[in-house]
Amino acid sequence: MNSYHLDHLGFLETEAIHIMREVAAEFERPAILFSGGKDSICLLRLAEKAFRPSDIPMPLLNVDTGHHFPELNDFRDRRAAQLGGKLIVRKVEDAIAAGIAVPAPGEISRNRLQIPTLLAAIEEFRFDCAIGGARRDEEKARAKERFFSFRDAFGQWDPKNQRPEIWNVYNGRVNPGEHMRVFPLSNWTEMDVWEYIRQERLEVPTIYFSHTRPCVRRAGQWLPVTDILPPKPREEVRELVVRVRTIGDIISTGLVESPANTVDDIIAEIAAARVTERGSRADDKASEAAMEDRKKQGYF
Amino acid sequence: MPNSQHPVELLRFNTCGSVDDGKSTLIGRLLYDSKNLMEDQLEALERSADITGGGQINLANLTDGLRAEREQGITIDVAYRYFATPRRKFIVADTPGHVQYTRNMVTGASTANLSVVLVDARLGVIEQSRRHTYLASLLRIPHLVIAINKMDLVGWSEARFLEIRDEFERFLPLLDIKDVKFVPISALNGDNVVDPSHHTPWYVGPTLLGHLETVHIASDWNLHGFRFPVQWVNRPNDPTNHDLHDFRGLSGQIAGGIVKVGQRVMVLPSGLKSTVKQIWTYDGPIAEAFCPQSVTVQLTDDLDISRGDMLVGLESLPGKASDLEARVCWMQPRPLQRGKKYFLKHASQTVQAVVVSIENRIDIRTFESEPEPAELAMNDIGGIKLRVSKPLVYDGYATNRLTGSFILIEQGTNQTVAAGMLLPPTEAVKPEYNDFAI
Repeated sequence: MNSYHLDHLGFLETEAIHIMREVAAEFERPAILFSGGKDSICLLRLAEKAFRPSDIPMPLLNVDTGHHFPELNDFRDRRAAQLGGKLIVRKVEDAIAAGIAVPAPGEISRNRLQIPTLLAAIEEFRFDCAIGGARRDEEKARAKERFFSFRDAFGQWDPKNQRPEIWNVYNGRVNPGEHMRVFPLSNWTEMDVWEYIRQERLEVPTIYFSHTRPCVRRAGQWLPVTDILPPKPREEVRELVVRVRTIGDIISTGLVESPANTVDDIIAEIAAARVTERGSRADDKASEAAMEDRKKQGYF
Repeated sequence: MPNSQHPVELLRFNTCGSVDDGKSTLIGRLLYDSKNLMEDQLEALERSADITGGGQINLANLTDGLRAEREQGITIDVAYRYFATPRRKFIVADTPGHVQYTRNMVTGASTANLSVVLVDARLGVIEQSRRHTYLASLLRIPHLVIAINKMDLVGWSEARFLEIRDEFERFLPLLDIKDVKFVPISALNGDNVVDPSHHTPWYVGPTLLGHLETVHIASDWNLHGFRFPVQWVNRPNDPTNHDLHDFRGLSGQIAGGIVKVGQRVMVLPSGLKSTVKQIWTYDGPIAEAFCPQSVTVQLTDDLDISRGDMLVGLESLPGKASDLEARVCWMQPRPLQRGKKYFLKHASQTVQAVVVSIENRIDIRTFESEPEPAELAMNDIGGIKLRVSKPLVYDGYATNRLTGSFILIEQGTNQTVAAGMLLPPTEAVKPEYNDFAI
């Protein structure tokens, strides 16, 4: 290797910075989807690298399901304030109250209800682009996603009719009412994300690290016991040393038993892991095509 | 598993072949044998095998992600896969082979260091093999591997392997590919994919993965001729901070060459010259930067520069013209017609373009060109002449893939309808052009 050569993180970083600058230059009202999760934490660092010393020229948007881990929301608010960024939060429960999101009878999960809430926020602020932290390695349907993913006036993704994406020349043109989802981390893997967090010394919410928590075993996973997920009669509650590997809602995020206390520990754990990150998400297991169906409707 | 303590190189490759050549099976095999599959992925595979495969695991199910693809047993869209070995990280674009999806092959191959063209050993070179090899050449992919698959079905015959290799070698000299390797494999059984096969004692080369891990890619990026398309003008406009009050940076990704502090550069299309005062990055100023780094450049002079302009090195100047010649791959059902206007996006700018003439269409079976066709249909490749609304600063695609390429966008629908590769400019910008100090 000569000295004029980027390693893989350097390559992924420059690709993502280029994409973020294209968004800033080509869209009138873009936003960054920021949940406080590890992927969107990397997005914010890339935004700093793309736009400093100027301010980050777009607001941060989060859809709060009401079922978030409290540690996550605290971190989200603190990090947004640190950056001096404008944070917009839209809540699923407000969307339900306004009749925008309608739960099915007995539907407890807020996963599906995020979709109309997000689309309403995009309409409210007339966002023409939303930058998200989704990665292609997460799931089979995501593996076919473009960097610039076109959404029609209904917010829908049409996987059979995607724009070809050639070289690094991105087509960001949309008509009024349509928008683009842009995924600068498309080519990153879970390992890349943690290696970048280590390289950049980024703070992450404490729930990614090992802690003790009461858990119940359901459908082969450990779920955290909370007010909205109380143990069922005769269900055994166990105090376990756990951490989250991927953060979804508190009622569907499987916890992994882990002693990992540092980013180095986490990297070693992932290197030895025998299941994928999304293996701990109940929402993806619903059916073979679960993610594909949600994405077509306008999911992240 | 990747070695996380040391810098690791990244290799991007794509796989292409026609229906049933076993592309998805090959990628499944690479992931499986290099221990990059996880238990839940294997479980999901086994689940779908029970339903569809009569109990046998179908490695192709790993990559055929969309429901329609599983139902029809084909790959519709480019699917990207990621895996790693201790030596390298890999990004794989699995590109469909059906004739109607050539646009996806161009998509998947445009960013690749290397293309793997799969050939069914029983069928040998078919029209699709020629098309894929031609496209790899057209897109100037630096490295090519011809993987002759299903060798188990021809009795591991060396004679058959050599016969197919000879067929390729008859037409390869007509193309622009420097580095070609032939590997006999069985994706289904794993021979010569990750592990060497005991069925092919006559083959002394590396396995497919062995080659992917060692092929020399350090010089695949263009380090000759500084090119910096300005993406975004970085003006903090912060009156409270003295250092930032006058900060005027040009943000972009270097599309060619190397830039150093103190270097003279020309701004195009204006032709004004200035000197690099600072190369600013979030991690602090740096003395030099190279392709494809993203940086923010400050010049010593306060020139009027905006998105779409390009900074270039004086030692090798690009072309500048409104009349352009290019090869295009047409990507949508409505044919390309003479006289029609499109948006043309090149580097960091979008201009209007009109198709002045269609010079030829390439017959991918013979690689011969048919002069002056009436139109270019979906998946056709041909030469066209364009006139653009504002002069383009560019290089020939053969010199620089980033400053020599463009896309055409249909007005109204905003669909991306063509991938374009510019022919070399007839003359370069003159170095003495507009040479005065400010």
